[in-house]
Amino acid sequence: MISVRVQTGAFDLGAETRALSQDRTDIGAIASFVGLVRGGEIEAMTLEHYPAMTVKALEAIAAEAARRWPLLGGTVIHRHGRLLPGDPIVLVAIAAAHRGDAFAACEFVMDYLKTGAPFWKKEETAAESRWVEAKTEDDTARNRWIQHQA
Amino acid sequence: MKLDLLYFAWVRERIGIDGETRDLAALTVGEVLTALSALGDGYASAFAEPHRLRFALDQDFVDADAPLREGAELAIFPPVTGG
Repeated sequence: MISVRVQTGAFDLGAETRALSQDRTDIGAIASFVGLVRGGEIEAMTLEHYPAMTVKALEAIAAEAARRWPLLGGTVIHRHGRLLPGDPIVLVAIAAAHRGDAFAACEFVMDYLKTGAPFWKKEETAAESRWVEAKTEDDTARNRWIQHQA
Repeated sequence: MKLDLLYFAWVRERIGIDGETRDLAALTVGEVLTALSALGDGYASAFAEPHRLRFALDQDFVDADAPLREGAELAIFPPVTGG
């Protein structure tokens, strides 16, 4: 029900949300999140992933969201390869009858994706290339969903 | 135990290859780290801080005490940083 894609190319948020609601009138809300490469001292970012596991892990997260909330559809897209500041990295769009379920499920998918999907970011600055360290805030963000079962 | 090993991110860089098939005297993920670390400095460097490693057995996350199965795919990598 929630489709998952892993790709090198860009995506179009408008096209993805239109595709979710096309030819149906039961959807009352689509909540979406798009993550971008932040600039500053970072000149580029390369995302590595584990192809045999990535889609499987994202589909498991999507299935858990669909189990917790009454959802009517969704799309998760994660890019890999080399990206530049301002480039979109990840899209989560969730369709439901009501906004509360769409907002909650969208945030849930992002929080689980951050800690449970096998991607690794390497940042390039003018001086060096370095692997991004995992953040404890990401674990905290995921764990609040464990305490607050829907 | 014959295993298909995969390495990602800085684990891959320190070992110098992205994967290999090996027959190791190991029954758990943790024992794989010990066996590989004895094979060279690259492995020893990659596995020096086990708390910074994560593991997937046949594409599912597992802990270091997870038992292995003949022919399994074991991936060793840092905590994920996608999104």
